[in-house]
Amino acid sequence: MRIIVNGESRDIEAATLAAALAALDYGEAKVATALNGEFVAKRARDATPVKEGDRIEILAPRQGG
Amino acid sequence: MTPSPTLILYGVQLRSRLMLGTSQYPSPVVLAEAARASGAEILTVSLRRESARLKEGQDFWKLIRDIGARVLPNTAGCYSVKEAVTTAQMAREVFGTPWVKLEVIGEADTLQPDVFGLVEAARILSADGFEVFPYTTDDLVVADRLVEAGCKVLMPWGSPIGSGKGLNNVFGLRALRAHFPDIPLVVDAGLGLPSQAAAAMELGYDGVLLNTAVAKAGDPVAMARAFGQAIEAGRAAFLAGPMEPRDMAAPSTPVVGKAVLT
Repeated sequence: MRIIVNGESRDIEAATLAAALAALDYGEAKVATALNGEFVAKRARDATPVKEGDRIEILAPRQGG
Repeated sequence: MTPSPTLILYGVQLRSRLMLGTSQYPSPVVLAEAARASGAEILTVSLRRESARLKEGQDFWKLIRDIGARVLPNTAGCYSVKEAVTTAQMAREVFGTPWVKLEVIGEADTLQPDVFGLVEAARILSADGFEVFPYTTDDLVVADRLVEAGCKVLMPWGSPIGSGKGLNNVFGLRALRAHFPDIPLVVDAGLGLPSQAAAAMELGYDGVLLNTAVAKAGDPVAMARAFGQAIEAGRAAFLAGPMEPRDMAAPSTPVVGKAVLT
């Protein structure tokens, strides 16, 4: 299944957002997620299905002004 | 306004009146040293895309936690209400704080806030339990709308972000201070020199938020310390009650008793 992760096309097998994060090798990293532009809380990732063509944003703390 | 020795933002008492950005430093070590030298108790941070391979954000987060300051996540780079609200939601989860420095940018060259979107986003986020620090202009009516939207702190710009131009509209900033005697006001953005930060504090502002002026200084650690001192000096000057300026000279040395030597 092809999905867009942080703007890049990726080919992974995952039924849920939580499974997608694991398949993409994020492990226990402190990240926040959005699916097709909508915030998905960490606790909701297990119950959030992912399908072909979905756009996932995976963000983490960074420098800011 | 009742002068207070400490700054209280959304119920949090702070000794330092400097809020420091964490971007553009020559190295993480310099960032950490500058943050400590500044005395800042609040550091601004952002959220950006994380690479599973590099995991840069994880190292950065560890650095910030080691510094030990409170964080104020921003929505920098967001041009729409939707983007800003979603970014704030993501930041709340990652950083574990209801605080958000709300930026809704309206124009790329000046990074001027889209004040209409800003008010809308502030209303949505305040209703959702966020404690919003809006990056706004010095427009008095917009400030009123932000307060109506639930903001208990206002952060008008000094001048455009990263410009180092200082206080571009002292009259407007003074009017804001007079209009909102009981709301914490923080000059956010555009400062280049400690003297400009001191000037903001002398106007009676409650604090200053800056980043580039420290990060891009030749010696960021020394500049961070200088800003910390200037902000304290400016605050002390405000509390001391500055004299009224006048147009004509007034001799400071007594005229009475001067010898006649002609």
